[in-house]
Amino acid sequence: MHSVVLTKGVPDFREGQVAFDEDGHLERGNTPTVMNPNDKHALRTALQTKVRHGGSLSVMSMGPPGYGDVLREAMETVYADDLYLLSDRELAASDTWATAITLATGLQKLDDTPDLVFAGFKTADGETGHTGPQACWCLDWPIITHVVALDVDEDDSTVRAKRLVEGDIEEIETVEAPMPAFIVADPEFEPTYRKASHRLTLKDLQAETAERAENHEEHLTTWDHADLNLDPDYIGLDGSPTIVSSVDPIPKAPAEREATMVDPDDGEGMSEVFEAMQPFADGRSAAGD
Amino acid sequence: MTEDYEHYEAVVVGAGPGGAAAAATLARNGVETVVLERGVDAGSKNVTGGLIYAEESAPYTIDGIFPGFREHATERPVTDYYIHNIAGEQVRTFDITDGHEQDTEWADAVLRRKMDSWMARQVHEITRETGGGLLTEVKVNGLLEEDGEIVGVTCEELDPIKADFVVAADGVNSELAREAGLMDWEEPEEWFQGVKAVVDMPGDTINERFGIADDEGEAHLFSGDLYDGVRGGGFLYTNQDSLCIGNVFHLDSIVEEEAEVQDLLDALLTHPVLAQWLGDDYDEREYSAKLVPDSKKAANPSPHQGRLVLVGDAGGQMQAQGPIIKGMNHAVTAGALAAEAFVEARSRGEPDSAGERYERRLHDEGVMAKLRPARYEVASALGENDTTTRLAERALDSSVGRLGVRMADRVGLLERAYSSPYLATMMPDTKTPYVTLPTIIGEELGATVEAESTVELPSLEERIGDLTYDTDVGNPHIVVEDNSFEASGAAVTACPVSAMDYGGGCYRDETVQSNGDEKRVVSLDTQPCVECGTCAIVADTQWEHPRGGKGVEFREG
Ligand SMILES: Cc1cc2nc3c(=O)[nH]c(=O)nc-3n(C[C@H](O)[C@H](O)[C@H](O)COP(=O)(O)OP(=O)(O)OC[C@H]3O[C@@H](n4cnc5c(N)ncnc54)[C@H](O)[C@@H]3O)c2cc1C
Ligand code: SF4
Repeated sequence: MHSVVLTKGVPDFREGQVAFDEDGHLERGNTPTVMNPNDKHALRTALQTKVRHGGSLSVMSMGPPGYGDVLREAMETVYADDLYLLSDRELAASDTWATAITLATGLQKLDDTPDLVFAGFKTADGETGHTGPQACWCLDWPIITHVVALDVDEDDSTVRAKRLVEGDIEEIETVEAPMPAFIVADPEFEPTYRKASHRLTLKDLQAETAERAENHEEHLTTWDHADLNLDPDYIGLDGSPTIVSSVDPIPKAPAEREATMVDPDDGEGMSEVFEAMQPFADGRSAAGD
Repeated sequence: MTEDYEHYEAVVVGAGPGGAAAAATLARNGVETVVLERGVDAGSKNVTGGLIYAEESAPYTIDGIFPGFREHATERPVTDYYIHNIAGEQVRTFDITDGHEQDTEWADAVLRRKMDSWMARQVHEITRETGGGLLTEVKVNGLLEEDGEIVGVTCEELDPIKADFVVAADGVNSELAREAGLMDWEEPEEWFQGVKAVVDMPGDTINERFGIADDEGEAHLFSGDLYDGVRGGGFLYTNQDSLCIGNVFHLDSIVEEEAEVQDLLDALLTHPVLAQWLGDDYDEREYSAKLVPDSKKAANPSPHQGRLVLVGDAGGQMQAQGPIIKGMNHAVTAGALAAEAFVEARSRGEPDSAGERYERRLHDEGVMAKLRPARYEVASALGENDTTTRLAERALDSSVGRLGVRMADRVGLLERAYSSPYLATMMPDTKTPYVTLPTIIGEELGATVEAESTVELPSLEERIGDLTYDTDVGNPHIVVEDNSFEASGAAVTACPVSAMDYGGGCYRDETVQSNGDEKRVVSLDTQPCVECGTCAIVADTQWEHPRGGKGVEFREG
């Protein structure tokens, strides 16, 4: 088994971390880069597969050379064997399509063809959810999205998954695909390790990876567009068909907020707080979509 | 679907000294062994006084099983051993180092988190080589049975595991021993309760205040009238850069006297005799408590059933040799003997005979004789009744008795008596040796301690607040079955994190009014529980350990 996880760095959108210029544009230089939160589900799904079935696991990312921390975190999370970074000025400003072509080419270039490729469900910056499926389309592999449980039959070279179908009601369907295949993990995915042997494997992996993650650069292969033999017309800004028609400035939070102190033992005061919060509580499911 | 369960040759439940010794011995003999420990880390659930002994007469010692143990896992060797008999501010101290050194190859002070987690790393390495290993945060919650036979264990966090040999090294509150019917939690007389504080103190200060060097350590024991008549005593042990100070009492005595155990700890900590060492900058690192079985009454002479064996506290193998407490070393011996028994049984193609062989070894190696000395059985039959106790008390307290005490001291008899393990193990569990005699010794022979205590102790609330705790909301591990004060009221005072007039601990005493009637009931909140197990015995509860990794986490132990 060889698995690959695709991950990327995104601006840290947590309050207090993110910096905007006067026009409301994101200041990348002043905003720390962190791993795309949804990729963590992909990493956890891939790790479960590695623990249950063994084999090797690689992490691949497209991005600037300074992605060290993100790759290191990925390595520590899935105890990856090696890291790949597709990085080059020519690749800058790629949209999802150009990124997908680049990633698909990177995946094809690997010595050991992956059996499974894992991607996160949408990024925190673009929020399109396109890159994984488009990369898969380039490879002409089957894809299973919204995966909440996964099982591999190595003898049969198939992958079986439970996926969450969100419609009027949430429904779980079971699907099967031949490998190699593409898996997009759903945030609902919860890895389970209910066998002692699995937990022992995890412990082994943790011990083995500690030193590797410390020197993760030694396990990193960087490819530029020439290594990947990519036509400059199909990558970077030139290869990106997406046109952004306009950008709405993000409304700024008022610099000063009014705060009212409420004593938690004051019953009346507390019920006013709950009343004030009610509209937000009701809108929670819509906001989370 | 049982065919799907994983199978290991041996499953060891608990990574204390008993489990560690069993697992290492099994694995060294090529037995595929998996060790399951419920704490976030080995030692995170454990508390001891604690001095670990290597006995000359023991078939196994901890450093024999884990080379480098003393170098990596212990604090200081104990080189001086004293007992203080206290009457008010009068104290008469005996040096009982000679007695302590009998049959002792060495004794070191330990802190359990450091000790157990070090051993766990060794155990994992050794067991991993057999295809097993050690897992933390896994709570075993029962025995897996097939056709009425024990075939493995069931766990909270894992699927059931089958095994040819199951070692219950799950300590004093062994749920496995209870499930197998090999131990009950009924009788308060069979248990001690230990409550302790780990006090911060730089190594240099310890050296200076106790007059010792880096590689020396002291043990001080305390008894007399400072515990309001509760039967038991106190201890102080020097670590590398901390002190362990605590009390161990007979549980039935705590219940009878309705003693608030945290107050009894404070009584020791603020006694002038401790002021000489504590100074005034008192900083408590950890407050903890645990139950301890009294092997004289609780050690099971036949601690096995089918493929299951009990080792250490789970088998009631904790020996109180008078003021010297020996539990860890016996757990180590028992663990190794059980492992050896299985290896032999397996090599003869009779793995199911391991339990019988283990029992035989416990007897042949003299372990059972130490745990349940015949002379105690005789002495207790004669001495542990109200009439003899009353007579002895009256005789001691008479002018003749007091004269006798003075005479005995003059010829060195008292110091020798305190130094005699032979006498210590036959000491009856009455007030006489714990309270009356030390008080009379203090009164008749003691000198007034000059020092005055100025330490400011944390309140119970602060002690609880300082504990590391992974709350398990919605999953109470204790359920009170009968909440009337008559059935469960003893828990209010005996629980080391609860007190009669305090609402923030586990147990509270409440008066409920209904239909003009008033009822005194006990309510429970298990959040600050230190899992000592006391209420399992003194109250009417369904008691279990919290799920793996949940509940209290001791950093010192
Ligand atoms: C205050 C005090 C003072 C003491 N002083 C001394 C002393 O000076 N010298 C001495 O030798 N002894 C002393 N003892 C006794 C000593 O601590 C015990 O006898 C000894 O720890 C017993 O070892 P054990 O391996 O049997 O059990 P433990 O050390 O209790 O280990 C049991 C292990 O099993 C784990 N476990 C329990 N249930 C489960 C489960 N269901 N699933 C998975 N894991 C589980 C626990 O988390 C724990 O790690 C003292 C005890 C106390 C409380
Ligand atoms: S609730 Fe019971 S087990 Fe918990 S600390 Fe109190 S007496 Fe001990």
